[in-house]
Amino acid sequence: MYAFTYHRPDTVRQAAGLVARKEDAKVLAGGQTLLPTMKQRLASPGNLVDLGSVAEMKGIERKGRTIVIGAMTTHADVAGSPLVQEAIPGLAALAGNIGDPHVRNRGTIGGSIANNDPAADYPAACLAMGATIITNKRKIAADAFFQGMFDTALDEGEIVTRVAFPIPGKAAYAKFPNPASRYALVGVCVAKRGSEVRVAVTGAGASGVFRWPEAEAALSKRFSSKSLEGMAAKAAGLNTDIHADAEYRAHLIGVMARRAVDAAVGK
Amino acid sequence: MATVSMTVNGKAVTADIDSRTLLVQFIRENQLLTGTHVGCDTSQCGACVVHIDGKAVKSCTTLALQCQGANVVTIEGIAAADGTLHPMQEAFREHHGLQCGFCTPGMIMSAIDIVNRKGNDLDEHTIREELEGNICRCTGYHNIVRAVDAGAKAMAGSAKPMKHAAE
Amino acid sequence: MSATGIGASVRRKEDHRFITGSGRYTDDINRPGQAHAYFLRSPHAHATIKKIDASKALAMPGVLAVLTGDDLAADKIGGLICGWMIHNKDGSPMRAGGHPALAQGKVRYVGDHVAVIIADTLAQARDASEAVVVDYGVLPAVVDTATAMKSKTVVHDVAPNNSVYNWHLGNKDDTEKAFKAAKHVVKMNIVNNRLAPNPMEPRAAIGLYDKAEDHYTLYTTSQNPHVARLVLSAFIGIAPENKLRVVAPDVGGGFGSKIFIYAEETVCVWASKKVGRPVKWNSDRTEAFLSDAHGRDHVTEAQMAIDENGKITGLRVHTIANLGAYLSTFSSSVPTYLYAPLLSGQYNIPAIYAEVDAVYTTTAPVDAYRGAGRPEATFVVERLVEVAARQLGIDPAKFRQMNYITKFPHQTPVIMMYDAGNYNASMKKALEAADYKGFGKRRKEAEKRGKLRGIGFSSYIEACGIAPSAAVGSLGAGVGLWESAEVRVNPIGTVEILTGSHSHGQGHETTFAQLVCERLGVPLESVSIIHGDTDKVQMGMGTYGSRSGAVGMSAISKALDKVIAKGKKVAAYVLEASEKDIDFKDGKFSVKGTDKTLDFGACALQAYIAHKFNGQDLEPGLKEGAFYDPTNFTFPAGVHIAEVEVDPDTGVTRVVNWTAVDDFGVVINPMIVEGQVHGGIAQGIGQAMLEGVVYDKEGQLVTASYMDYCMPRADDLPSFTVGMTVTACPSNPLGIKGCGEAGAIAAPPALINAITDAVGHEDVAMPATPKVVWRAAQKALKKMAAE
Repeated sequence: MYAFTYHRPDTVRQAAGLVARKEDAKVLAGGQTLLPTMKQRLASPGNLVDLGSVAEMKGIERKGRTIVIGAMTTHADVAGSPLVQEAIPGLAALAGNIGDPHVRNRGTIGGSIANNDPAADYPAACLAMGATIITNKRKIAADAFFQGMFDTALDEGEIVTRVAFPIPGKAAYAKFPNPASRYALVGVCVAKRGSEVRVAVTGAGASGVFRWPEAEAALSKRFSSKSLEGMAAKAAGLNTDIHADAEYRAHLIGVMARRAVDAAVGK
Repeated sequence: MATVSMTVNGKAVTADIDSRTLLVQFIRENQLLTGTHVGCDTSQCGACVVHIDGKAVKSCTTLALQCQGANVVTIEGIAAADGTLHPMQEAFREHHGLQCGFCTPGMIMSAIDIVNRKGNDLDEHTIREELEGNICRCTGYHNIVRAVDAGAKAMAGSAKPMKHAAE
Repeated sequence: MSATGIGASVRRKEDHRFITGSGRYTDDINRPGQAHAYFLRSPHAHATIKKIDASKALAMPGVLAVLTGDDLAADKIGGLICGWMIHNKDGSPMRAGGHPALAQGKVRYVGDHVAVIIADTLAQARDASEAVVVDYGVLPAVVDTATAMKSKTVVHDVAPNNSVYNWHLGNKDDTEKAFKAAKHVVKMNIVNNRLAPNPMEPRAAIGLYDKAEDHYTLYTTSQNPHVARLVLSAFIGIAPENKLRVVAPDVGGGFGSKIFIYAEETVCVWASKKVGRPVKWNSDRTEAFLSDAHGRDHVTEAQMAIDENGKITGLRVHTIANLGAYLSTFSSSVPTYLYAPLLSGQYNIPAIYAEVDAVYTTTAPVDAYRGAGRPEATFVVERLVEVAARQLGIDPAKFRQMNYITKFPHQTPVIMMYDAGNYNASMKKALEAADYKGFGKRRKEAEKRGKLRGIGFSSYIEACGIAPSAAVGSLGAGVGLWESAEVRVNPIGTVEILTGSHSHGQGHETTFAQLVCERLGVPLESVSIIHGDTDKVQMGMGTYGSRSGAVGMSAISKALDKVIAKGKKVAAYVLEASEKDIDFKDGKFSVKGTDKTLDFGACALQAYIAHKFNGQDLEPGLKEGAFYDPTNFTFPAGVHIAEVEVDPDTGVTRVVNWTAVDDFGVVINPMIVEGQVHGGIAQGIGQAMLEGVVYDKEGQLVTASYMDYCMPRADDLPSFTVGMTVTACPSNPLGIKGCGEAGAIAAPPALINAITDAVGHEDVAMPATPKVVWRAAQKALKKMAAE
């Protein structure tokens, strides 16, 4: 790790001020990705602004037909939240399967989506469920937020403060973990809200999370895994690495989509 | 340099440290508690697991400064004040849940956390899934699974108060 | 059987310190004034070093020194050595390139040591490493095992075509005849995947130089500190043995990868004098992937000849073994004498011929990893046997039984003289434990759930207890492979055992003490096992090759014999009887036909007080030493049966049942032995379906962390059913065969045989990851649909 100056603000306002004022400042959420990256000297912020004491960024509440999750809420807290379990059980299950128990005790939803790792789980949920990402400056629809591998709509110094999930009728996430890292080799989140069905795929795409229109169209006709039988995604544009080539990933997207639908309908 | 204060195994400690000091470095190098180990650089092996405010975390992926005011418990802090082993420590010995011993402190700290979250009656599938964040190269996990199961049951019947309230 | 003697599952004495966080591993040791070393490693697989400019780095805060290969040369520090000479078919010696601890003019793999930066803190050393400017002349990489000999790029000038040696064993003419006469020939191309051993404790070293005594100390993560001292003294030339102490304290797993004398420990101990301060180095996991010796990496063409009665008549093998960029300490012996002599397996095969080409590549050195050569041999034999049975339509268990060796001793055509075994007994027990008869039913039930179920066997044998010194000497080993022991009985009857074996997870502090309890009748807590320090234990050969029970404990046994003999002499004086009338049993000396007795502890006291005898007739004291040189290898063997379910939709393979029945001879502590089996199986399953070191075409290591190198986790594995049969080993006094490597040897073919059984064809390479198995299952499904 390179040397840096550490800051620990108590409010979003203070945090935003520090990020704006300090040179090479980076926000530290749960640190489960940033700290390993810094240890490997692949990131070298001059100033680190720890959001760990910002109380207003923690917690989960239900506002009408929406679940709002503070950006500094850990995966373990989302997974264990009775509110989330009741309203969006698929989201609680997704959070409960990120990383491992220790990572879930530190890692946060805000950190995960702001980082937009192409193999992270939350981006798929945000995109499939039509979440709104709320920052210290504005509200951004998930469709506009995730812009490519490790790339988001966030401006320099902009801080994710909350994520709002409209409660879907049915939703579930199915993950095929990379055998080594346990990140998503392929993860598919399906969500049905009213007549709209969305299918979002993570882990597979060369430029991060994406929607699968063919599956969405098929599921809009009938929300059943049978509607997806024999379907696979297009291999073009998918990742190839030592764990899986594009063709295998394309196939797995079909399998995981069917499994996610089955889970969503309680099969 | 920055100042950090926390409680480690029931003892209040304050130190001036380089801001890049990881919690595991603070524990090992500053507090001279070398039972917490480092086995990887990517937050996967779990040899460094400690409890912060009662929750298991990877101390290699936490800055010491993030633990300002926190209650940290390491493998050295789980036995009773009179030296009586924690039931999970005893279970690992009784069931031969360790060989080289390097992953063991992290395994035991994780195992206690599993019981805290999942209760005392664990099935094999749950134990194996919950050990996802701890890698052992020696045992093939067979006896670790048995140790966690037995330790979980023993924790239910444990009358000995533990040294630290956070546990 | 006593509660603490031979055969008892005594809970381990060493555990208390490990479960309380009180173990003392090398990185837990800190010396006053210590500085930290960071190694600048090559980013290129192959390059000349034109210039190293350290001037900027030297000016940085806390930096004490930047040392390079030139500094080593100036101090006349020799290169790292390979301790086993292999001769080519034509009798000429192998072609070994130099192996400097810090590169001299050229780097040959990513991670090769270019320079060491020593500073007050590790962070400072690492910061400064980025300011060292190295001018490289990048050369092409040589990565692929199979084609390395055809590459235009040569890794070492002394080895044209990258050929280290072309070696053979067996009888070529007899084997050719067997194949000509064969009714059936099975042919296979087999890749044994490259692995990273990955003990959970990364390597570490602290070098100290004591100016007052002109004496060095090295703390290091070693399986054999005495061999380290020998090599560092006699070959590398750090200091003579009397001026160098090597300590291997608690070591967090080895699996072979901590046998070798590496660059880092060599540099730390050498540099401690240069900078005048203790120098500490601790590997991170990525450095471990880059620079720990890897294992396996064979490409093999193999054929098996079978006659009209289903009897195996011949075996022909050609293997290309990748040894990496440099020859590590034992690497040359692994694909030769630790490999080909095991190609007879458990079978009566009259003719065997093996030819091995060892090659240099621009990858990390490859050396012994749990099993070392024997897993590779077993994989070849057990895949061929399984496929032969399938092709002949004979039940694979029966086909094995038809070909088992049943008479002992048995001389194979490839050196080994098997001394004892009962292979059928293990097979029968395994078939029963695995409910082989019920497999068909289980397969049908799995089909209903859309799963492909398969079963696979492995009837392995290994040669352990290495090894008779004269025998290995004649095969090229640089040292004898005996073991030493010293038994120190203290005046109050407590006992210290000094052993040249080294425990890094095997539980020697318990099993060795059990032997002492059994023999001397003293309580377990009165026995201490001391190992891993050249200042305490005079000499030893260390722990690897499942040798510590068969060889290390035999040395202790021999020293205990001497202690008892001496004790009888003392007792004879004390009890005023003739020495020949003294018996020793259950910790008591007694005079035949009388009720006169003397406790072992009282005898010890008398030995030191020496009032009852004339010190000129009988030396005072009770301390004896022994060197034990084995008379043969030992031959553990057994049967493992794997049962799997493949999800054809995803290619995910779940190991649903694992049955192991092993014959390790006499077992001292069944709990510990079973633990060794579990761990070995897990590593074997890892090799078969999870693990594989991957370099890209440029020689960059793709699997440099646990993000890409898949370590077996708890949820990847099943619980194991472990059983034993016993034929005592006649070649050592305790009847022990050894157990440490068995699981890693047995498991890979059992698992691949099960997966290929499930998917219905043989085209499944290791590691059989979901991607590989999915493709295989698709083929099977298509074939089924077409039928």
